[in-house]
Parts: sequence; C-alpha cells; structure tokens
Amino acid sequence: MNDTAPTEKATRRLVINILRHNPQDPQSEARMQRFELDEAPGMTLFIALNAIRNHQAPSLQFDFVCRAGICGSCGMLINGRPGLACRTLTAGLDAEITLAPLPVFKLIGDLSVDTGSWMQAMGERLETWVHSQSEADIDRLEERMEPELAEEIYELDRCIECGCCVAACGTARMREDFVGAVGINKLARFRLDPRDERQDPDFYELIGDDDGVFGCMSLLACNDVCPKELPLQTQLAFMRRKMAFTK
Amino acid sequence: MKLIYTDVLVIGAGLAGLRTAIGVQRHGLDTIVLSLVPAKRSHSAAAQGGMQASLGNSAMGQGDNEDVHFEDTVRGSDWGNDQQVARMFVHTAPKAVRELAGWGVPWNRVKSGDREAVINAERVVISETTQAHGLITARDFGGTRKWRTCYTSDGTGHAMLFTLGDQSIARGIDVLERKEALALIHDDGRCYGAVVRDLVTGELSSIIAKATTIASGGYGRIYKVSTNGIICEGTGMAMALETGVAELGNMEAVQFHPTAIVPAGILTTEGCRGDGGLLRDVDGHRFMPDYEPDKKELASRDVVSRRMTEHIRKGKGVKSPYGDHLWLDITVLGREHVEKNLREVKDICKYFLGIDPAEEWIPVRPTQHYSMGGIRTRHTGESTTLKGLFACGEAACWDLHGFNRLGGNSVAETVVAGMIVSEFIAEYCQSSDSDIDLSSRMIEKFHQREQSRIESLLDSSGPERVYELRRRMEEIMIDKVGIFRTGKELDEAVDELQQLLERSRNIGIKTRTPAANPELVAAYRLPGMLKIALCVALGARERCESRGAHFREDFPDRNDRDWLKRTLATWKDEADTLPTLDYEPLDVSTMELPPGFRGYGTRNEITHPDTADRNAAVEKIRSEQGESDRHRIQAALMPFEHLLPERYRGANERLEDSSDE
Repeated sequence: MNDTAPTEKATRRLVINILRHNPQDPQSEARMQRFELDEAPGMTLFIALNAIRNHQAPSLQFDFVCRAGICGSCGMLINGRPGLACRTLTAGLDAEITLAPLPVFKLIGDLSVDTGSWMQAMGERLETWVHSQSEADIDRLEERMEPELAEEIYELDRCIECGCCVAACGTARMREDFVGAVGINKLARFRLDPRDERQDPDFYELIGDDDGVFGCMSLLACNDVCPKELPLQTQLAFMRRKMAFTK
Repeated sequence: MKLIYTDVLVIGAGLAGLRTAIGVQRHGLDTIVLSLVPAKRSHSAAAQGGMQASLGNSAMGQGDNEDVHFEDTVRGSDWGNDQQVARMFVHTAPKAVRELAGWGVPWNRVKSGDREAVINAERVVISETTQAHGLITARDFGGTRKWRTCYTSDGTGHAMLFTLGDQSIARGIDVLERKEALALIHDDGRCYGAVVRDLVTGELSSIIAKATTIASGGYGRIYKVSTNGIICEGTGMAMALETGVAELGNMEAVQFHPTAIVPAGILTTEGCRGDGGLLRDVDGHRFMPDYEPDKKELASRDVVSRRMTEHIRKGKGVKSPYGDHLWLDITVLGREHVEKNLREVKDICKYFLGIDPAEEWIPVRPTQHYSMGGIRTRHTGESTTLKGLFACGEAACWDLHGFNRLGGNSVAETVVAGMIVSEFIAEYCQSSDSDIDLSSRMIEKFHQREQSRIESLLDSSGPERVYELRRRMEEIMIDKVGIFRTGKELDEAVDELQQLLERSRNIGIKTRTPAANPELVAAYRLPGMLKIALCVALGARERCESRGAHFREDFPDRNDRDWLKRTLATWKDEADTLPTLDYEPLDVSTMELPPGFRGYGTRNEITHPDTADRNAAVEKIRSEQGESDRHRIQAALMPFEHLLPERYRGANERLEDSSDE
C-alpha cells in the first residue's frame, strides 16, 4: 500500500509462509500458506504483508497502526520468535520466512490476535494507575520530582504492551492467569512513582502469589525479546525480592 | 437490530477521545468510547517531541506566559485561526500538563545548576535556578519565542496516552475495541449517535446517544506518504461530511513535517531540531540560515518544509533511489543526549535505516503529517450546523491552528480540547436540549442503509479494484496537492478524484465474508476518503492565495483582503461528486493580534482594509491601560474568559508568582 521501492539490482525472491486460520468461519482450518514476492530495498514485514494482501490474499488479517515500532500492534512470531513485524527488515532474514500469530492471546484471524483485552484485564487486575487520595490543584505549581527519578520512571513507562514478553513466557503457557513480565514491570513502575501512595503490602496483594512474581520460572525469554529493551530481568528479580520480604 | 443507549458516544480513543470520556464521566454521564484498535495503539502514541504549555520553569522558558504562547500560535497559524479559541487553549494548556502530572506522566524535570546544550550549532551552558529544580522542564520547538514544549524524552504521546488509557481503566470507562462507526444517525439537524460495525464479527449495532463526539484524528493516509498511522484515514470527518449537514473547515490546510525519514515516511521529532539538530544539503552545507537568518531550522513547519523543497529544487538534494532528500544532523548533540532524549529517533534510525544517528546523518524529506482542517465546531466543540455532534482534537477545526500548526500544539490540543469540550458536552447532556425524541423507524432506516451498503459490496462483482483506486488517490494527493500547489495541477487533481469517486461506486471485492474482512473494510472506507480528498483539493484550488501550509505558486501572496476567511465544505447530496464550498470571514475588528508579518518566511501580505483601524484601536487600548497588569490589558483587547467552562477559569500560577520558596 505504501513505500514500495524502485528496484535497484537483482533482488531476492522471498518465500513467506503464513499460518492462516479464521475462527469466525466454521469451515476454516489452520494451515500454512506459502506466498512468494520480490524483495525490495528497505522492505519491512509491514511492506511485504501489505504487498501480499494487495496482490495475492485480500482476506489476509494482520494488525499495524504506527508501522514505526511505537504502538505495539504488530507483535507476531517471526521465524518462531516474538517481535514487531513493522520494524523487521526482510534483509535481516533468510529468503524463506515463517510468520505465525502470537500464542497465549486469543486469535482474531491469521496474524491478528487480541492483545487489547488481555492487557485491559491485566490493567484492571493489577490496578495499573497512580493511586492517590488527593486531586492535584491544576492552577498551582506542580509537585516537584527529582529529574533522575522522572527519568527512571519513564524508563519503565516505555512498555508498549505489545505482548511479545507474554508470548515468549514459559509460565504464561502453563498458567492462564500469570500476569507476565508486562504486569510485573508495570507495578515496578508504579512502585517507583512517589505519586502512587500504595506500599509494598498493597503490591503484595496484587502479585505476591504464583500468578505474580512467585510464578515466574526465571526463563527470562521476556527479557530477550522485549522490543523496547526494558530491563525486565532486573525488574522481575527486584519485585520478587521486595515481595518476598513483605508480609 | 441491536440497539444500545448511552449519554455520550465518543468515537476514537486517542488522547482527545479518552480525555473527553474522562471529563463527561466525571459528571456522572454514561459513556461509550469506540476504537478501531486497542486504545493504547491510537496514533497519539506516536507523538514524540512534546506538548506546549507556558509553565516558564526552565531558564530558557523564563518570562513565558499565555500572552507569548498566544502570539506564537496566531503567527504560526498565519492569522488563519480563531483567536478566542487560541486564548482558551493557551490558558488551559498549563492546567492540562499539571493534571497529567498528577495522573502519573513522568514529565522531564528541571535540574538546577549548569548544563550543556546546543543552540545554533554552538555548545552553550544553560544555568537552571534552584527555585525551579524538580518542576516540569521544556525544550525548544519551531516558531516559538520561548522553550515551551514539555516532554518525556521523545515518547511524550506514548506516556500521555498510557496514562489516560490507565486512567480510563481506573474509572471503568467502557472502551469498545475494534469497533468502527460507519454512519451518524441524524434527523432534522440533530445527531443521535451512530451505526457501528464490529470489525471482528461484522455485526452491526446502533448506539443512540444524547451527544456524539468525533475524536478520530486526521486523514494523512489519503496521501501516498504520510507520517500518520495507517488507521488515520479520515473516517470520522468523512462520516460527518456524509450527513450533508455538518461542515468541514479549512480542509486544504495540510501540514508537511520537515523531517520524516526517507523512504519509510516515519517521523523524527521536531525535538531533533529543537534540541540543536541541523539541516544539511548534498554538500553538507547548513542551508537554513541562508533562507531564514532569524529562526533558521526553527521557523514554523510550513516555512521549513517549503525552504527544504525549494533547496532540493535548486539541485541541492541528495540523490537516492527514492528521490532526493536532505540530511538531518543530530550528531552535533552528542551520543549521551541522543540516547537519553531522542531514543525513539535512535530506534527508528537503527531499525529502518540501519544507521546510528549519534554518528551519521539521517535522510529526511518533508512529508504529510497533520490536518489543520476538520469538523468545523464552535468554541464549545459542537458542530456549527449539526446539533448534538461534537468534535475535538485533529478531527476538529475548532480552529486553533488556522493554516499552520506549531509543533507541540497538537498533542496539547488533544487534551486541552478534551478538557474543555467535555464540560460543554456535560452541560448539553444535562439540559433538556439533549432529550431524545427519535422514532425507532428512523434508527432502523440508518441501520438498514448501512446493512445494505455492506451487503451490496459483498455481492458486487464490479470491475473496479479497491487497492488500485486507493493507490491512485494517494498518488494524486502527493503529486498534485502537496507542498507547492498550482491551479493547473489542482484542476487535474479535482477532475481525476471525481472520476475515482465515480469508479468507487463499482468496486468488486473477492473476499465475501461479512465478518473480519480487510478488503471489505478498505472498500467501504474508500468513498469517504475520496470525498475528504476532494474537499482538500477543491478547497486548495479555490483558495487563490498562500497562507501557512497552503502555498500557491500562482498566488504566492497572503491575501488578507480577499482570503481572510475559513473554507467550509459540505456534501449536499450523495450523488454529488464535489463538495459545496462556502466561506466564513474572520473578523479583523475583534482580533487581539491584527494580521501582520509572522517574523519568518516571506513578507508578502496584501492587507485587509480593517487591519490599520484595528491596529490603531489596539494601540489605543494598550496606551489607555498603561501600567495595568497583562490580564487586564488582554481582557480589554479581546475578552475570552466567559467562553471557558468555569472549572478552567483560574489563573495559572508560575514560579515568579509563588512565594512559598
């Protein structure tokens, strides 16, 4: 649909195998479908998938919004590994590529999964917002915050809820209600935030069990696949230690 | 027919939509928010550099206040905006930043003491006061006289959207994901809600609401290359236009951002230049000072984009297989700064260009970025012509931005308009004006119409292919309705877009399932997109002057005498292939800041007959007021406080007013 490049020299012929299934259609059965197309310079999976949809498979479902690695819509399994399709250059992959939807999340169709409901439920359960008894007077000077602390909070606030960490998580496969690295990182973020009045016993109520920090098997694929390179390993260990000393 | 009743329906769950929903829900109103995607995926998340608010905390922002922000915004708009709305906005923006701070946005803060910065390609030392330590800081952006853009690194939109998204969860606001409003339900000049399609199951429902608010963002995707997310297809504006009643304002006012990467068209924030980044040409020469000796890289976006294109036309661009481009150089800022304050930019360069911007220059070119135009509203956010329909954010022409928006003013507008407009929506919903007296037959009529529109598409074996028509539209817009415009090209654009609209009535699709079906979605959206494209192209063809981002090579002057007016477009009849245009004059005699030179760009205006008188009147008021405080002088020039909801009338405290430290 966009950004097609003029071809420079002899380019590779890509083979893209896509796991297809439409749960809305009772006739549909999961199957791999093979597509071929010419690679173009600077081609991303966003460009390749749109080219396939526009010319070969108009019913192909996938999700993109920002196509810039910012919004987290396009998490999928790229050769078996969770990642953001929009910012994955085909040049960095072999000529034969396999794409599948993220596991754990409910399948909407083909490469499209419902991360939204999952993240919403996680947010409701872990109460991922600043808990404060007082409402700021917005006509007055704002509360001060140490500049370094604001930066530390932003560092954890960069999570885009793409779901890659959950899809890569061994525990999430075994425990349906596991909050995932995304959930634990969120609470680490609010724990750091002085505007949130909750204390460790409050956080313990939310993640002090096997669906929270104590369920994590420390396989840490979450840390390896996070597209935003969040320090998930550190946050998991930190929150587990804090929770272990709570109660 | 599935039928749902609510008080307020909000279409779009980006910053504007969510802040509106939070505002009305606080008044105890029942609210439903619709979103094409999970709320936190909305395009607001892609806003990088920050939002303008005149807090004046940082050293380079000292002395800033509403007056300076107001004047910058009016100059930026090239006098095309509504000055009272601009006043409401600049007054509320500091409150918006502070409200979001209370809700958890980790705004970057002032650190007392000396720090190094790059200004005009030179390293300078800025000393921050101890009094300001820990307050919200700001960076420089184009077209502003103070450093006013509040930020969280270069992920400001993300941090704001996630905060509002989580606030919505906290408040139990009903955000329905993957739901698309197809048509507004309206009768006799009053809007009653929308017919809605579930993008997964394909099921249609009708949501009946006292007030309907469109906050669905812009229409960047009618252009072949745009920084916009792919969901920014102008569907909300098209839906309003298709009522035949609601007006769209200034659709020809389209912003091109100077620095999107080539070829992907992905934005690199204005913060790059705000923080000291430079533009260079094929010879490595920093060319902007040659054109704009005063503001250089930090003139307003319309001016910088034009100067860049002008420079490329002189043969100074860098050749590439994707056409000519220029360089954005942020290596001058140093690695530490890039990795801390421009990290999204660094990621984008790494993943899409394979370069390290702390070491190498970034290939950039002006690219479609923002729509100043939109659903024309009063200062309350209500449509000027369709009662019960409200709009805010990029989808609206409130009209804060006129013919050019300043960087950092759109993110600010989303939340500020959400705050203000939600109060007016609540007031409306609590009055008997909003009582619903609508027959179920009327609802059924709209429901049936949308049902049959979809069924006929699913049955159609028409010869036209949706993706082909769409691609052609995108090409026409970029080739003929771009940065530099001429009457001849605009004529061609209007003609061919009309043909495309007619051809779009014969689209055949291959995928025949009524449930999740991307081809069907593209097919039913395309006619609305073409109508929006026609509003842009025809508006541009008729406007025989150059103002802000609308530049006519055949009419290069800003012509206040004949064109100090807002274009209004309506679509009178479904069978039409062109919008009907009308004009709304701007009243010079009530302007706080009468038309003049912007301070950057070319000075070439044809003056309005009332400008001299108004300038004299303004001078007289100022001298009569003498030493009065600035609020009194302002009130004497152009009162606006009475237009604001009471909740937001309070004065904004600044460091200079506070005596507690």
